[in-house]
Amino acid sequence: MSQLRQDLLRLDDVTVRFGGRTALDAVDLEVAEHETVCVLGPSGSGKSTLLRVVAGLQPADAGRVFLSGADQGGVPVHRRGVGLMFQDHQLFPQRDVGGNVGFGLRMRKVGRAEAERRVAELLDMVGLPGAQRRSVAALSGGEQQRVALARALAPRPRLLMLDEPLGQLDRSLRERLVVELRQLFGRLGTTVLAVTHDQGEAFALADRVVVMRDGRIAQAGTPLEVWQRPASEFVARFLGFDNVVEATVSGERADTVWGSVPVPAGTRQGKCRLLVRPAGVRLLPAAEGLPCTVSGRTFRGDHVVLLLRPPNGPELEAACDLRGAPEPDARVGVGFDVNDVVVLGPAEDGTTA
Amino acid sequence: MNTTLRRAVGAAVIAALGVPVLAACGGSDDSGSGSKTVTLVSHDSFAASEAVLKEFTQATGYKVKVLKSGDAGTAVNQAILSKSHPQGDVFFGVDNTLLSRALDNGLFTPYEAKGLDRVPKELQADAAEHRVTPIDSGDICVNYDRAYFADHKLSPPTSFDDLIKPEYKNLLVTENAATSSPGLAFQLGTIAKYGDAGWQDYWKKLKANGLEVVDGWEQAYNDRFSGSAAGKKAKGDKPLVVSYASSPPAEVLGVKPLPKEGPTGVATGTCFRQIEFAGLLKGAKNTKGGQALIDFLLGKKFQEDMPLQMFVNPANQDAALPEEFTKFGAKITDPATLAPEKIAKNRDQWVKAWSSLVLK
Amino acid sequence: MVLARPEVDVPKRPKRLSRQTAVRLGLMALPVAFFALFFAYPVSAIVARGLKDGGRWQFARVGEVLGDERIGHVLWFTTWQALASTALTLVLALPGAYVFARFDFPGKQLLRAVVTVPFVLPTVVVGSAFLALLGRGGLLDELWGMRLDTTVWAILLAHVFFNYAVVVRTVGGLWAQLDPRQEEAARVLGAGRFAAWRRVTLPALAPAVAAAALMVFLFTFTSFGVVQILGGPRYATLEVEIYQQTARLLDLPTAAVLTLVQFVAVAVLLGVHARTVRRRETALKLVDAAQTSRRPQGPAQWALLASVLAVVALLILVPLVVLVLRSFDGPDGYGLAFYRALASADDNGGTFVVAPLEAIGNSLAYALAATGIAIVVGGLAAAALTRRAGRLVRGFDALLMLPLGTSAVTVGFGFLITLDEPPLDLRSSWILVPLAQALVGVPFVVRIMLPVLRAVDARLREAAAVLGASPLRAWREVDLPLVGRALAVAAGFAFAVSLGEFGATVFIARPDNPTLPVAVARLLGRPGELNYGQAMALSTILMLVCAAALLVLERVRTDRSGEF
Repeated sequence: MSQLRQDLLRLDDVTVRFGGRTALDAVDLEVAEHETVCVLGPSGSGKSTLLRVVAGLQPADAGRVFLSGADQGGVPVHRRGVGLMFQDHQLFPQRDVGGNVGFGLRMRKVGRAEAERRVAELLDMVGLPGAQRRSVAALSGGEQQRVALARALAPRPRLLMLDEPLGQLDRSLRERLVVELRQLFGRLGTTVLAVTHDQGEAFALADRVVVMRDGRIAQAGTPLEVWQRPASEFVARFLGFDNVVEATVSGERADTVWGSVPVPAGTRQGKCRLLVRPAGVRLLPAAEGLPCTVSGRTFRGDHVVLLLRPPNGPELEAACDLRGAPEPDARVGVGFDVNDVVVLGPAEDGTTA
Repeated sequence: MNTTLRRAVGAAVIAALGVPVLAACGGSDDSGSGSKTVTLVSHDSFAASEAVLKEFTQATGYKVKVLKSGDAGTAVNQAILSKSHPQGDVFFGVDNTLLSRALDNGLFTPYEAKGLDRVPKELQADAAEHRVTPIDSGDICVNYDRAYFADHKLSPPTSFDDLIKPEYKNLLVTENAATSSPGLAFQLGTIAKYGDAGWQDYWKKLKANGLEVVDGWEQAYNDRFSGSAAGKKAKGDKPLVVSYASSPPAEVLGVKPLPKEGPTGVATGTCFRQIEFAGLLKGAKNTKGGQALIDFLLGKKFQEDMPLQMFVNPANQDAALPEEFTKFGAKITDPATLAPEKIAKNRDQWVKAWSSLVLK
Repeated sequence: MVLARPEVDVPKRPKRLSRQTAVRLGLMALPVAFFALFFAYPVSAIVARGLKDGGRWQFARVGEVLGDERIGHVLWFTTWQALASTALTLVLALPGAYVFARFDFPGKQLLRAVVTVPFVLPTVVVGSAFLALLGRGGLLDELWGMRLDTTVWAILLAHVFFNYAVVVRTVGGLWAQLDPRQEEAARVLGAGRFAAWRRVTLPALAPAVAAAALMVFLFTFTSFGVVQILGGPRYATLEVEIYQQTARLLDLPTAAVLTLVQFVAVAVLLGVHARTVRRRETALKLVDAAQTSRRPQGPAQWALLASVLAVVALLILVPLVVLVLRSFDGPDGYGLAFYRALASADDNGGTFVVAPLEAIGNSLAYALAATGIAIVVGGLAAAALTRRAGRLVRGFDALLMLPLGTSAVTVGFGFLITLDEPPLDLRSSWILVPLAQALVGVPFVVRIMLPVLRAVDARLREAAAVLGASPLRAWREVDLPLVGRALAVAAGFAFAVSLGEFGATVFIARPDNPTLPVAVARLLGRPGELNYGQAMALSTILMLVCAAALLVLERVRTDRSGEF
């Protein structure tokens, strides 16, 4: 990658160990200015540790952290000029809302009038106008989250880090907030490094997504890239794709336990793992294609996910329209759409044969 | 509220930082004005009128600084432990039961005080070397509750022998000889009276006659004794207590007008005499001032102030006794005594024997 | 993604760790210096003086003393009465801690101050007042013909009287801040009222209960005045024995051995305590105390409140009231005779040993200085100990408690033989008294602060750091406000302890500015109604001064709680 554009944050081979466990394993990561990067991974994958290393709350055993090109080794937490919104907010219980939001300003010796103006502005922005004197103990979960966000934003950190920012909120609030946040960060030009286990949140919020597994980066790319071309079976499964099967590619077709599956032109020949996205599993009349039995049906609002049992191999998931979705125990035929077939690289995936 | 807290913490920090500075000031104050100040080391019972001490300053130019700690035993032991760096110039308050320990440890520099000729010979324990000067004496005697004996048509006891008689069964409370100075003196009195051979036997009889032992004089006199004002409030039920010959005058102190007869009396045949001494500490910074102070302690002014301050009898025969003493105090003509050397040699062993005999 | 990777030559972790260690060592420097100079040095000097004869260590002495049958009895009695007193205190005071923490009732602040009063009264005074409850013609005697004054029960109950406040304040202080919803959650999960308390609240309270129990045990293990006055000569504790050997017999070798025995006992105790506490200490969810207390509801709660108030009335108020009554019970009936005598210095040709106003001033000045020292030393120590680490630090924790298990006479005599040369010739300086008092106050401060400091969520501190607060600032902004209540409680205790401190004060030769307890003891040591009455009057004044100081503290507590 060229260094023409200044990275605001750069992690260079960062390793953190807790006793025998490696929480971060030689992680390299860049976040460009004004970029929003989401780190996505299951719990225990090292996402939060990553944020703590950047903030300086967790010393790295090896490697370096650069902010605006400057090595942060030896720079204490309070001088790094980053913001961190904690997973469970960590609002100061002894201070009211205004006291919490204005805390960072006070630490930076911002004048009282100026600080009050900024606090009011931020509270307006997060939708809690005039809440300065309210006690934080009396706030709802969503309100606490907004206060935590306002508190993190108040000192205008060069890098804002969010740890499971919308974790505990109900779905509608979360979906609305994601949009609001995206707009807000765009408007403020904030550089954001967020951590979440929720792919929907990550894809909606991020310019770039980084998937982590066991302290390593499994894949990095735009949401579309990651969604369309998961780099490994782990990433695929983490994104909720379970139609993964062993395959032997020859020409433009692959031989699997589900029968012959079309693959994109130019696929490497030989053995590999194959993913068929649910959208690419086409229902055919019972006599055609792979004969399956409908073993489950899950209503997903605008579509239905069917669980299909083939004669051999693992069950298949298929997405289909509400109308004409077969009943459980119905017999159907199945075909595959080459546009939704992804050949998974064997790299970084222990289960690949 | 935050600012209050901050201020409080700030003050505390300042206090901590200020400590060494203040301490240093306190220290320098001592050594710097050594020639103008004379330091008296004593026990907690030492007391003198402000006016009397002022008079000393006016007469000699020395200011008196008094350091007090603990009871007589504690004070003497502390003086012994710190003899390489004495705390002051004069020590007051070593009595004949502890005198040998102090002398054997070489605590004092000889000085023959002015006015010693007005002190009876029997009080002058170190007449040959004058390492210590007798200042006062006091007798430890059994006190009785007049009302009790009047009510019961019983004559109060007058001697050690009386105390083991059946009519005085369950009436006496005394103090632990191991923890209390009057307790020890009373035991020494019995040893003086019955000798090495007989005293243990006497105590066996005393115990059989219902003797009660408490740990300190305060409990005995203020809680258990029925004759004292405090004991009356505490519903004390023992009409006999080991206390001082000067206790009866103290009982009428502040009572106006003075009654004809005090509520308590003294069994004059049960007394042991304690003599308190003062001495010039070896290594004293202000020897001249110390000598002047000892002269003053033996002088008429101090000696006449002393009885109502410390409830003791002046050593100086010229000192006039206050009315409370002459009217309500008993004249003890022949108190028991023991040579300080003998006390020093046997005290620990006597107390041990007494403890296993009486306390078990 | 190929970047030039310069060789990383400085490993970052050790560097960072060493900085943390440096901060901790910095915080510990003052407390360590304080303890080394004013505790370890004097005490080891006096012990060494005892065990060293003519330049040779006399270890044979240890066996000799320990082989003594009488000493064996003393040790046994000391231990079991301390255990029994601690258990009895916990049983009687834990309901009190609950009531004070969770119930609102009129006069609560006043009562909380009043139950602390016994703690600061000199034992000589209280002993005789306590006899009015248990002794001949006392309340129990009049009601049921029961006399306890020569039994061991008198000692145990007096220990409860003295230490009730330790439990109520240490445990109740934390209890008031525990989130009641935790218990409610357990109730919803099917736990009965008691089961919920036992499974949820008790574990959370355990560190505070353990701390309180430890304090009570230490106080009763080293009990002196109470045992002497109420137990009589038949009962002697190790402390009494050390006092006799040192102050009376000047048998320093025996005293040294006994001091070491006491050290070992206290050290074992502290070790056990540290282990249990460490296992149980968890981050607690603390809430505003004002939000957790409410008026009792239902007959069961009213009955609990009533029974606690009855215990307080019988055990604490009656002896105090007797004391006050006696101070008014003058020669001409009830009146202010004794108070007038205190006020008129020249009455009766100066029977007066101390100007009472001056004694009050002395006491307050000493207590304030001692509280300042204790808060700074103890606060720094607690801050250093907040983050648990290393054996060294744990050892330091235990070291801070040792003064509570050390006889006042040992410390007093130790001061005498060590602080005797410039620049440390403090023997005749007034500062020695508050220093000695602070030695006793520091363990309180540490014990009270530490559980609360450790319960502060570390991430709050991190949140402050990320927002730009330096470690010191983060401590001040986050920890300090959260532990303000604990700090106030700690200061109150340190102040109260200093105000009533008698042992160390009396063994320190000091210029004649006596404190109230010393003045009271002097007056009590003299015969005559006037002296006795004045002692009672002065004790009443001490009581009032103390209660007033504690009440001010209660006010501070409520003021601040608005912010929580």
